Amino acid sequence: MTVKDAIKEVGQAVIKDKVFLTDLDQAIGDGDHGINMARGFESVLPKIAALADDNDVAAALKAVGMGLISSVGGAAGPLYGTAFLRAAGACKGKTAIDAATAKAMLDAAIKGIQDRGKAQQGEKTMLDALIPASDAFADGIKAGKNAVECLGDAVQAAEKGVEYTKKISATKGRASYLGERSIGHQDPGATSSTIMLTALYKYLKQER
Amino acid sequence: MVGIVIVSHSSKIAEGVKEVALQMAKNHPVYTAGGTADGGIGTDPVRIQEAIEAANTGDGVVVLADLGSAVMSVGLAKEMIDPALAKSVKLANAPLVEGAIAATVEASMGSPLAKVLQTAHDARNMDKVE
Repeated sequence: MTVKDAIKEVGQAVIKDKVFLTDLDQAIGDGDHGINMARGFESVLPKIAALADDNDVAAALKAVGMGLISSVGGAAGPLYGTAFLRAAGACKGKTAIDAATAKAMLDAAIKGIQDRGKAQQGEKTMLDALIPASDAFADGIKAGKNAVECLGDAVQAAEKGVEYTKKISATKGRASYLGERSIGHQDPGATSSTIMLTALYKYLKQER
Repeated sequence: MVGIVIVSHSSKIAEGVKEVALQMAKNHPVYTAGGTADGGIGTDPVRIQEAIEAANTGDGVVVLADLGSAVMSVGLAKEMIDPALAKSVKLANAPLVEGAIAATVEASMGSPLAKVLQTAHDARNMDKVE
């Protein structure tokens, strides 16, 4: 189990769903989310592969953040870029991540996305997957679950969050121009967030 | 001289706005960061950072941006530059074309940062219909 492999799995999952994410974004956005995210991770993955094998989680996440910022092009670049940089800030010096640290990283990422995008829960954004995921993670910690089990609960909550985004209209981002017409479509950003959490969970579960 | 940076999803928009702004203020430091590094539609915080650094002559920089990720990318670019410079870099709460032209003319007259920013803001109130 290494941070480099974990990021590789996450990146490959996003790249694999490039067309799916772009189709979602064509329905209610500017139609480039999958293309942008795939370009971002295609730029990031070689940089991650070139890092030292010291399992420095913060260094790896920082490389992901900077890589996405300089290559994505769309709103997801500054948003996910900030999220990964903030998550890196919450795990400085760590080579292993326990449940409490993982929760702190997730929350730092969410705070970064909110600071950058000025969005709240319920506006049909990636936050509608990530905030329920964080809440479920917290419940898991309270119930005495380990980090991977907590992440499993978080993934389920994120999936429900994606379903919820179909029922609400967008008030942030390009989809807000569509207003009520955005109802019925799931949010591409909430979807890509969930794809990343799911890929991380699958990798960690299989490695344990 | 307060420098001006124009940020747009499209390099053509950014270059076009610069072209119109310079009609009234030839040779003013107006720099653009339009589109992505590979020529696509989007914004790139690294290119915005470079434009801000180029536009800076020591009196501050006013940034005009279009929508969505442009605004977020400017925020990120400000975090990436030297903090001393970042303090004198201001994103104008103004429409891109009107704000850029008004700000460039104001800046070309040697006005300080606050005045250039205010002039850009005031471009919001430009009436187009009586």
